[in-house]
Amino acid sequence: MTTNDPGQSPLPDPVEGMVTDTPTGEETPFDPAIGPETVAELRSLADRYPEARSALLPMLHLVQSVQGRVTSEGIATCAEILGLSDAEVSAVATFYTMYKRKPMGTHHVGVCTNTLCAIMGGDEIFDRLCGHLDIGSDETSEDGQITLERVECNAACDFAPVMMVNWEFFDQQTPESAIEVVDRLRAGEPVQATRGARITSWREAERVLAGFEDGLVDEGPAAVGPSLAGLAIARERGWTAPSYETQAGTGRAGESKAQAEAEADTRRAESETVAEESPADTKGGKGDD
Amino acid sequence: MTDTLTPVLTDNWDEDRAWTLAAYERRGGYEALKQAVRIDPDDLIALVKDSGLRGRGGAGFPTGMKWSFIPQDNPQPKYLVVNADESEPGTCKDIPLMMASPHTLVEGVIIASRAIRAEKAFIYVRGEVLHVVRRLRAAVREAYDAGYLGEDILGSGTRLDIVVHAGAGAYICGEETALLDSLEGRRGQPRLRPPFPAVAGLYASPTVINNVESIASVPAIVRGGVEWFGSMGSEKSKGFTIYSLSGHVRRPGQYEAPLGITLRELLDLGGGMREGSELKFWTPGGSSTPILTAEHLDVPLDYEGVSAVGSMLGTKALQVFDQTTSVIRAVLRWTEFYKHESCGKCTPCREGTWWMVQILRRLDKGEGQPGDIELLQDLCSNILGRSFCALGDGATSPITSAIEYFREEFEAAMTTPSWELFPPAASTLFAKEGVAS
Repeated sequence: MTTNDPGQSPLPDPVEGMVTDTPTGEETPFDPAIGPETVAELRSLADRYPEARSALLPMLHLVQSVQGRVTSEGIATCAEILGLSDAEVSAVATFYTMYKRKPMGTHHVGVCTNTLCAIMGGDEIFDRLCGHLDIGSDETSEDGQITLERVECNAACDFAPVMMVNWEFFDQQTPESAIEVVDRLRAGEPVQATRGARITSWREAERVLAGFEDGLVDEGPAAVGPSLAGLAIARERGWTAPSYETQAGTGRAGESKAQAEAEADTRRAESETVAEESPADTKGGKGDD
Repeated sequence: MTDTLTPVLTDNWDEDRAWTLAAYERRGGYEALKQAVRIDPDDLIALVKDSGLRGRGGAGFPTGMKWSFIPQDNPQPKYLVVNADESEPGTCKDIPLMMASPHTLVEGVIIASRAIRAEKAFIYVRGEVLHVVRRLRAAVREAYDAGYLGEDILGSGTRLDIVVHAGAGAYICGEETALLDSLEGRRGQPRLRPPFPAVAGLYASPTVINNVESIASVPAIVRGGVEWFGSMGSEKSKGFTIYSLSGHVRRPGQYEAPLGITLRELLDLGGGMREGSELKFWTPGGSSTPILTAEHLDVPLDYEGVSAVGSMLGTKALQVFDQTTSVIRAVLRWTEFYKHESCGKCTPCREGTWWMVQILRRLDKGEGQPGDIELLQDLCSNILGRSFCALGDGATSPITSAIEYFREEFEAAMTTPSWELFPPAASTLFAKEGVAS
């Protein structure tokens, strides 16, 4: 499958050699090929699921870790392994924002500019980084080191404003701290996430996401700062949840258990009626309870 | 009367290397599993049902009831899928939980799978949290090595395999049926219901999809029992839960309390609003829940309390904004998010969110046109309830509620840009530091 891939041609034909299914159309002759080892790993991912197609997202992460983006060759390889058409795989690859069709820099830097982080300073951080690197969102710095992107809420709002490097947390950033991180990355200096491991590279991160451990799990803290805000107060004031033991093992507990069961039966009957009338999914949020 | 804060899920987060099996077991980890393997699966379902645990991911549907909907006479395999795709703006509880104590979730998954007779479970975690993915994979590996996963778990005769599956960046995949499509290797788009996932979910087999915090609460319920769980929380909203405080508060963070605590109490614990700051508006449970104001400080933050004032408890993501914040700017940014994340399947959501962004952008620039407020409201009423899933509904929440409480700001936006009325620099974290020092 590698022989007819336009990306493998040393001098891509200006017409036939161009990738036509991406908005950017940049195909370089320098992509590392997908070798037999990668094909074996892709197959091993497919074997983890009752139905092989479920492995497509992890497989595309693995393609990115090898080739630095989702290439036409990568799409064709996944399609062949899963018995899908290239178009079916391409449809999936273009749906998800973490899959990149343009060559990526060594590091991916994401600045959260969703409402809360933006207001807490994310907009200013993003603007300053754009100026410092002389690029915009989804662009790569001239030295090939940093691809910058505005990202959506990354589930760390209590650490706002948040920046992600290769999907590791850099919490409570300022424009100055963000610039310092980026400069250190470009200089090849060691950089440690505030809640996570030392920074490797975007490609290595993609390999972990695909499903292969990298031995860095024990780096970084369990929880820091805001994650412990409530717990610290509880410790200080001696607040706890009721202990498991006090509720069990006494005769009184047995009696009230029967009582609770009787009440629960009534409640269940009531709520089952409600459930029949209104499916949970329409109740609120995204229904992702 | 219980204490104001009741750490259960967060209780071991300050433990040394809390993410390891050894640390988890030191604090009683997997004791619940050892009890659960001796309990009949139907009794486990009854236990969780009777506890009153309701879904912690937004909709608040009773967890045990969801489990009981699985038709056990269906010959297809049963599946448990954990929704760890935490992406609702403001929501930040599941990620720290899985980072600090992934075994709490893994233990919950094993117990829940026994209850519904699933032999395969999936943890669908959003891809943008590398270290959390590492911690989950390591926890699952450790659990296999300890005999908590695999064949014949603790001699119980039951088996379970867990796959940690990283997503690839799509908010819509937090919607349970879109998540299933994504987990099947497709574009994440919601499915028409019925059939519900309990009947035809993953691979058209009976499937339970639960939020991380819901499943992580199960081991404690097994250990403490129905009465213990019900000793916390309110009548119809039982138990403990994690509240996530963020924004213009002195000590943002995770506060685990019985359901029914108020924002006033939480703000008080969080050291109050930042220096010189006054509460202007807040979300009770993420950006999809209608915003509230200072007049709602004493609303009990449980399922009933928040719906009584026209919003939703949602994910208990309390994003707090002070008087320096432009409502228009905040609402525009959320709307841009929904427009970006709409999967495109349903026309009202796909087109409607696009048009709402166009209108809000001109309002943000102070170039609103007469009738824009009514046009926004009209768009909202044409999106609400007219799409397959709740993403479109959620997109209307910030707009309709902001117009309700801050109509004058929308009127001012006919003539004045948001950045003139509310200079953004004053809202930032570093501005606060500048003022304080």
